[in-house]
Amino acid sequence: MAESSSPIRKLGHAVVDRIWRLGFAARFFVAVLKYSGPSFRRLPLTLREIYFSGVLSLLIIMVSGLFVGLVLGLQGYETLQRYGSTEALGVLVALSLTRELGPVVAALLFASRAGSSVTAEIGLMKATEQLKAMDIMAVNPIARVVAPRFWGGVISMPLLAALFSAMGVLGGWLIGVVFIGVDDGAFWSQMQSGVDFRYDVWNGVIKSFVFGVAVSVIAVFEGYDSVPTAEGVSRAITRTVVTSALAILALDFVLTSFMFRGTS
Amino acid sequence: MFDKGAARFPENVSRNYNDAMPGRYSALLLKLSVFFEGSVLSNDILVDIQNLHFNYDGRPVLQGIDMKIPRGKVVAIMGGSGCGKTTLLRCIGGQLRPTGGKVSLENNRVSEMSHAELYGLRRKMGMLFQFGALFTDMTVFENVAFPLREHTDLSETMIRDLVLMKLEAVGLRGAHALMPGELSGGMARRVALARAVALDPMLVMYDEPFAGLDPIALGVIGQLIRKLNDALGATSIMVTHDVHESLMIVDYIYFVSQGKIVAEGTPDEIRASTDPFVHQFVYAEVDGPVHFDYPAPTVVREFLGGGARG
Repeated sequence: MAESSSPIRKLGHAVVDRIWRLGFAARFFVAVLKYSGPSFRRLPLTLREIYFSGVLSLLIIMVSGLFVGLVLGLQGYETLQRYGSTEALGVLVALSLTRELGPVVAALLFASRAGSSVTAEIGLMKATEQLKAMDIMAVNPIARVVAPRFWGGVISMPLLAALFSAMGVLGGWLIGVVFIGVDDGAFWSQMQSGVDFRYDVWNGVIKSFVFGVAVSVIAVFEGYDSVPTAEGVSRAITRTVVTSALAILALDFVLTSFMFRGTS
Repeated sequence: MFDKGAARFPENVSRNYNDAMPGRYSALLLKLSVFFEGSVLSNDILVDIQNLHFNYDGRPVLQGIDMKIPRGKVVAIMGGSGCGKTTLLRCIGGQLRPTGGKVSLENNRVSEMSHAELYGLRRKMGMLFQFGALFTDMTVFENVAFPLREHTDLSETMIRDLVLMKLEAVGLRGAHALMPGELSGGMARRVALARAVALDPMLVMYDEPFAGLDPIALGVIGQLIRKLNDALGATSIMVTHDVHESLMIVDYIYFVSQGKIVAEGTPDEIRASTDPFVHQFVYAEVDGPVHFDYPAPTVVREFLGGGARG
């Protein structure tokens, strides 16, 4: 008995459990992809989830994007003024948003707003035996419940990130051009010449798509694997937000290191 | 009544043939008679469970269950909490794979079916969960329509008619537009019952259908289970510990304790039983073979040293 509670044995159990869970999550992800057919054949299922994950996140994404743009405009102007290049404010704001802040901050907000909601919904469906009921009715819960929510998140995420960036640019323009008085033409023309569609915008879209996959799979997995009690669901929601945030930041580093190597 | 009698039947038949047809053809006729009678019998049995074992984390939950459930009957599985009743039901539905023995449904080995085969079989099953398990984001109508929409290509008009007929059968046609959160416990159970029989299943399983209901709702659900079973020509398996309601509606009862069948019989046999377990259970007696207290060290050891520490 004493042996079974030894710290080394506990550590071993914890490591094995984590590895087992990681393997289970990988198999779960494969199963979600495998049973994704109905999500596209019965499009209303996925459209409903796009509405819940995407449309209902519009407000928080737009307002946050605007404020981030306002702050970028102020900070950017403050710095650029020292070098006498305030007309480059537009390109600074746009590149910051499309390359980094748009995908990353929008994904963090998406994980908090929509990811946690998806985990809670699936977790509560599990706790109230709705998933079991579906399974006994010969309806695969992964195909009917999980996959539409996964794809709803994956499709919503790049659109929300794009909207976040657009609102941020608007915020930067408001501060720089309307309130401070940076030249309007210089603001937009510098932005147009300084931002490359494939290199900057497209890479940002790829980032937000990857973040969308990561956040969505974490959210549906945590809900599906939650302990079916009030405490279990609440822990699963916390894990969704924490794991998603870490995954977004880690993936951002990896993607950035591949995409932007100072060649442009 | 079903299982033991059914097991004896072929022997009686073969013996009769043997007496009536002496000679060299008698052995062949005997084998044929056993074969054909055996086929008839296996067709009469919908669920056949043989030597079923199930372990959870190495702990035995079911230990050698043998059970035969004939078509068209309502059978109750009773026993105290945690005795393995629901596990048994989930093994029948293929939600759990047994660690030993076999479960056959309509002569198909449930325990050896692939996922796709199991889903094919489950289209002929319905299940009522303990608290209904209604889909909380759908109305009552949509809940009952769910299996019809998932498994049939019926028109919306046809689905509407079928759903309203099922809801009428459980007395809730007028509640079709309500959300599950607006229903009482008894109403939710009735909606779940309508959903469970939406596809006219051959087997309906009930997991604690009477739990938490007031006496009126309990009686209504009990009568509905019996009437729907007879009207649909279905077979029902009911896991419950509500003795008195069950004795009024079921055809046969199995008592399960510590993962084993400890008694069985018709309601009349159960009422008249002198078996200490059955007697204690039916008459809700405190003293008997079933202990109320969870196993613990003796009181003297606990309080005067050497016992468990909090």
